[in-house]
Amino acid sequence: MKYLDEFGDPELAHRLLDDIAATVTRPWALMEVCGGQTHTIVRNGIDQLLPEDVEMIHGPGCPVCVTPLETIDRALAIAARTDVIFCSFGDMIRVPGSQGDLFRVKSTGGDVRVVYSPLDAVHIAEQNPDKQVVFFGIGFETTAPANAMTVRLARQRGLTNFSLLVSHVLVPPAITAIMDSPSARVQGFLAAGHVCTVMGMAQYTPLVEKYHVPIVVTGFEPLDVLEGIRRAVHQLEEGRAELDNAYPRAVQPAGNPAAQAVVNEVFTTCDRAWRGIGVIPASGWRLSPDYLDLDAEIRFDVADIVATESAECRAGEVLQGQIKPVDCAAFGTACTPRSPLGAPMVSSEGACAAYYQFRRVGSAVS
Amino acid sequence: MSQPDIGSWACPVPLRDHPNVVMGHGGGGRLSAELVAHLFLPAFGGTPLSGTLAELGDSAVLDLGPEFGPGMRLAFSTDSYVVRPRFFPGGNIGDLAINGTVNDLAVAGAVPLALSVGAILEEGMLLDELGVIAETMGAAARAAQVSIVTGDTKVVDSGHGDGLYLNTAGIGLVPAGVCLGPAQVRPGDAVLLSGPIGMHGTAVLSVRDGLEFGADLVTDSAPVTPLTQGLLTAGLRVAMMRDPTRGGVAATLNEMAVASGTGIEIVERDVPVPDTVRAACGLLGLDPLYIANEGKVVVIVRGPDSEPALDAMRRTSVGRDATRIGTVTAEHPGVVVARTGIGGRRVVDLPLAEQLPRIC
Repeated sequence: MKYLDEFGDPELAHRLLDDIAATVTRPWALMEVCGGQTHTIVRNGIDQLLPEDVEMIHGPGCPVCVTPLETIDRALAIAARTDVIFCSFGDMIRVPGSQGDLFRVKSTGGDVRVVYSPLDAVHIAEQNPDKQVVFFGIGFETTAPANAMTVRLARQRGLTNFSLLVSHVLVPPAITAIMDSPSARVQGFLAAGHVCTVMGMAQYTPLVEKYHVPIVVTGFEPLDVLEGIRRAVHQLEEGRAELDNAYPRAVQPAGNPAAQAVVNEVFTTCDRAWRGIGVIPASGWRLSPDYLDLDAEIRFDVADIVATESAECRAGEVLQGQIKPVDCAAFGTACTPRSPLGAPMVSSEGACAAYYQFRRVGSAVS
Repeated sequence: MSQPDIGSWACPVPLRDHPNVVMGHGGGGRLSAELVAHLFLPAFGGTPLSGTLAELGDSAVLDLGPEFGPGMRLAFSTDSYVVRPRFFPGGNIGDLAINGTVNDLAVAGAVPLALSVGAILEEGMLLDELGVIAETMGAAARAAQVSIVTGDTKVVDSGHGDGLYLNTAGIGLVPAGVCLGPAQVRPGDAVLLSGPIGMHGTAVLSVRDGLEFGADLVTDSAPVTPLTQGLLTAGLRVAMMRDPTRGGVAATLNEMAVASGTGIEIVERDVPVPDTVRAACGLLGLDPLYIANEGKVVVIVRGPDSEPALDAMRRTSVGRDATRIGTVTAEHPGVVVARTGIGGRRVVDLPLAEQLPRIC
């Protein structure tokens, strides 16, 4: 088992698809929470292979998409400083803020670096004692432990030139926000497997009970996603609403206690704005009071930078599955992948960008 | 530690219009194409042969006139090499610079004849290292049966270069009767690939500062002339050839589809991807279809000639794993569609710039 092809096996995929098709008797709307799952669905054409009655709503789980505009603007302001080396995950480099993106900062002289591991940013800080090194700590619960480790390590090593620009977001409050929306139409969730690898499953039990929706912890390969959909559809057809784990090879019910410990030490819960959606209560993590000296927002005094998102953008409704991207007046005109107004047009994993792409080629993939 | 090269990555997130040159302008994707189409082409127009430039082939193919022999034409190409690091598993910037230009000539149907080498050196570069690279270039030229006949050397101040940049330009002769290009492509033609993809780009990534990972992988950098000439001398009805370098097989197929006004459908499972490449790309969040190659050829031949062409390709060392990956269609002109591993379909878009690693 090399974990390269096995979970994309076409014969097994079609067995799962046949099972789903044989089970469905009426329309169901499922949301895959995570952008990685959206990527798998789009990249493999899974949405076209599902029965028409199974609608996949692409959830707000792309951390690139939901990082708030003003956080991007703060990143741009910090990265433009001549005394700063700004380190980031690769795909944040091209996310547009109000005025340009990190690529533009780099092209005009900013020292912007892509790192694979946040710990690399700590090494860069050690090697450049005359520079301030900032890491852009974004993402869901998945990336939080490694980001927390950098902060703890910088503290242990006495680094005064390292700081973290934090904009972490959390999955359970997002599910709550989606279900509390008056026009909620999601009937079942594929929970993000790697988030649960860190946090475990217990946080989802209250959501299942409160909203009576199936939540299936799901992985990221084609067979993982299909199995998650299959289990959710079976629950719905049988009138059940349970928490299920379709990704047991990675997810333990209790998650990863060591990762949770470092996260709990370094971060504290806060309200967080989601790009295209707005502020969701208690939906983010920021540095805890003990670590505020490592907070880049404070160190570089950028907390007062605020930004207003386009009023034309209806991303919030798209992300909650209330409208299709084509129902938005700005779609394809004022808002395109090259000049996106809102989050779902920013990333190719976003629902608007995916629609834009398919509409562009007309019947090519229908 | 020198910084990882941001320009070697690609991301789902698009660039917006920039007033400055950004790394993506050199990435071989949509931004590169726009830079050429909107800035260079209009500025370079108005000369007798500017129509040749507008074809944007790997090489320009120029008529020499009847005194040089009936039907014989001159292929002319140039390429610059800024790869970092300069040494990577299986090669270095030197043999890359030779093979890259040789291959641009070869896929135009030419027999490469002569090369120029321009070297831009940064003050302080070790002469021992330069010597090793020069020896490699000489060996690569001899292996490709091409002569380095002219050159130039410049030195820039320390801090104003990246050690060494190389430019090579080359000429070759296109035999009479060889007629390749997008205008020759027809629906029903077969799309062939000379071997497994992603090896060069992944090998370079595996030793890049800040990104080192253990990979049992070497670059596929090699001259493809034996393969291209083998096909042409066998009398097979070849319509078009390209070497899938920057932007990978995806960018090459898109260029072929757009230039020929046809659609291309590939079967994703038929595209050979070595396990090491698949694993590295999975880890880094990259798509092997967009990873650079340097000794591969995409060949479009008439459908009935597909099997004999594969036989001819497999008789060469660079084409021994040649395989058919798709078909030219009349549907969706200008668009490349992949039949996915589990039977779905998706558009294989021209990348905007190079790939960026995804966060998750």
